[in-house]
Amino acid sequence: MSLRTPLARARGLGSAKEGVSHWWWQRVTAVALVPLTLWLAVAVASMAGSGHAVVVAWIGSPIVATGLIMLSVTLLYHAALGMQVVVEDYVHHEGVKLGMLVTFKLAAVVLAIMAVLSILRIAL
Amino acid sequence: MRPTASPSNPGNRPLSPHLQVYRYQLTSVLSITHRMSGVILSLGAIVWVLWLAAVASGPDSYAVAQRWCGSFVGQIALFGWTLALFYHLCNGVRHLAWDLGYGFAIPTVYRSGWAVIVAAVLLTAIVWIVGYGT
Repeated sequence: MSLRTPLARARGLGSAKEGVSHWWWQRVTAVALVPLTLWLAVAVASMAGSGHAVVVAWIGSPIVATGLIMLSVTLLYHAALGMQVVVEDYVHHEGVKLGMLVTFKLAAVVLAIMAVLSILRIAL
Repeated sequence: MRPTASPSNPGNRPLSPHLQVYRYQLTSVLSITHRMSGVILSLGAIVWVLWLAAVASGPDSYAVAQRWCGSFVGQIALFGWTLALFYHLCNGVRHLAWDLGYGFAIPTVYRSGWAVIVAAVLLTAIVWIVGYGT
């Protein structure tokens, strides 16, 4: 017989009230990435083989820089959410799973900082 | 006589895919391709950020990045990433339509699946024609 109260047994087992958050942000970032990636693909293709000065001038425009920061951060957030699901579905060893989840999330943060810093350094 | 279904003997009930004897359909292939292209694009995101960093670091590092992108292996990789991008984008829009409740009828699912393949190939071709035309 357990001396724990019914409340103590139930505590922590319920919904964290954030079940839909991952799903929702994956969709929001997906919608945002549709115009952003189409824009980037056209821009990069039309600049293919251009010299450093041309690319710097393009990124240097405030509108382009803003778009590229939005694109990079949204892209990395979307990738982090997606990779999390892939790891959770296919990696069954708890330790490896935890390590990969933390590593991928950290990598996304580091890459986002690097992207924003690079764009700002060119644009400012 | 048909065996009785039980956890160890599922009888004639459908099994989850046994990959060695599985008959592939467009729907399942496109589904797993969506995930695979997502993983490939996550790797592409790393290259995208490194390219930005190369531009920010100056003409010398940019020249190194351009040499890599222009190499045979680099061009193959970039082509693969373009195809993965447009596949994931088009199939992503298909998923968003499903999320809104549209397109669940089986003939519609097959039609939208083929449309995604055609659109992804066309968009990839357009971007590379533009890229080599300029």
